[in-house]
Amino acid sequence: MTREESVKLMTDKMAKFVAHIAKKLPDDVVAKLEELGAQENAALPKVLYETMTKNQNLAVSLDRPSCQDTGVLQFWVKCGTKFPLIDDLEALLKEAVVQATFAAPLRHNSVETFDEYNTKRNVGKGTPTVFWDIVPNSDQCEIYAYMAGGGCTLPGKAMVLMPGAGYEGITDFVLDQMTSYGLNACPPLLVGVGVATSVETAALLSKKALMRPIGSHNENENAAKMEKLLEDGINAIGLGPQGMGGKFSVMGVNIENTARHPSTIGVAVNVGCWSHRRGHVVFDKDLNATVDTHSTVDLNQ
Amino acid sequence: MIEIRGDKKVLVTPVSAEDLADIKIGDIVWLDGDLMTCRDVAHRRLVEYGRELPYDIKGKAIFHAGPIVRKIEGTEDDYEMVSVGPTTSMRMEKFEYEFTKLTGVRVIVGKGGMGPNTERACKEFGAIHCVFPAGCAVVAATEVEKIAEHHWDELGMPETLWCCKVKEFGPLIVSIDAQGRNMFEENKVIFNERKEAAKQAIYPEVKFIK
Repeated sequence: MTREESVKLMTDKMAKFVAHIAKKLPDDVVAKLEELGAQENAALPKVLYETMTKNQNLAVSLDRPSCQDTGVLQFWVKCGTKFPLIDDLEALLKEAVVQATFAAPLRHNSVETFDEYNTKRNVGKGTPTVFWDIVPNSDQCEIYAYMAGGGCTLPGKAMVLMPGAGYEGITDFVLDQMTSYGLNACPPLLVGVGVATSVETAALLSKKALMRPIGSHNENENAAKMEKLLEDGINAIGLGPQGMGGKFSVMGVNIENTARHPSTIGVAVNVGCWSHRRGHVVFDKDLNATVDTHSTVDLNQ
Repeated sequence: MIEIRGDKKVLVTPVSAEDLADIKIGDIVWLDGDLMTCRDVAHRRLVEYGRELPYDIKGKAIFHAGPIVRKIEGTEDDYEMVSVGPTTSMRMEKFEYEFTKLTGVRVIVGKGGMGPNTERACKEFGAIHCVFPAGCAVVAATEVEKIAEHHWDELGMPETLWCCKVKEFGPLIVSIDAQGRNMFEENKVIFNERKEAAKQAIYPEVKFIK
């Protein structure tokens, strides 16, 4: 394969993957929604879960994006330094988004700031956003693709607490955001929390936390304990599906953390809506693609 | 006018203030007739810049939504609805009192709650705010019979005014009724009480700073 052919192959595979993510939820989200929906017995939450299920089935049978807000595309890349297309990656991801936008079709979600016009191609300055992690001595490339919709982006918030506020302060910060903004962001939510040293470190981690599978736990015992405490605490609020009341509020709480400055606790929250459209794919050096979030797609065919 | 079809209460445009008098928060209703998508910039143009809407929505419904549409092949300017779900209604809250006053809209459909401006508008002018289940954009699209007109296309696909003919569009859960009661605000009081209890239960468990 020439370099040009390789770039085209990976672009096509990523365009296909992005379009698929828009139409079919990942396996872990589907399972969790079924689990939560089955436990509701009041009339309103039942109607809502039924409509949500009907919608996901219709999206597949009619081959359409399940939610009209197909988001701004964000890619979290863990790329080996020896991955053959490392130099082409950012440009080909942009091209894949343009392709998927017309093929799927996706909504045009890139508005240039200050000039304030919609590019009508779903890409613009800095969009799609590509976050890089470089992995030494690897020839693989791992990509999380995420559709950041407007509704679930709005509750995002970061701040720096004084250490005196402690983890009680983190609790307040997360729970307060659930009742002010979270309830309008299409619960049941997946809640990502970043605990670090400053706003940007915490904010990046809070979004990264949303890439983790539902039901996974932070490897630190105390952080994992806090994930469970927050999950139970937010569920006890009973936001229910669509924030209209019910037995549960969230699909889970994922915390990601780093060390902090002794004088600060950076904390941030990001949420994914019930229609949490993220996918994970690993490309080997020959561009064979392995998807582990969606059993419903094979990118190698 | 209101039609009862089986177990469905269907609002048919044009809707009058009297039609809405007996509808209460938490009720589920459906809509037949005219529904126009209308969101941030269209609200701002009317309320802040005084630009008249190019489509009359008196007695009709608006949908806080930015859809995905597709041109129908072989036509000059006709579009089909691919995916259309509600967007966060709260973004339109600062405009909605004036908007309702100026347009005479009766049914506002969106996602999540709205605030005191909309409550006041619903009460004074006889209107309701309803939630269409968010994220259920294909269900909504299949309830759109056709896009009859479209205006302000220069705003791009999400912000264009897509004037739809809908059939049994719903379920619509009434979140603000014409008496000005607000389901989300009433729920918030309960949610906040439960939240305080939840916080108190968590605090003693997270004293990691010794």
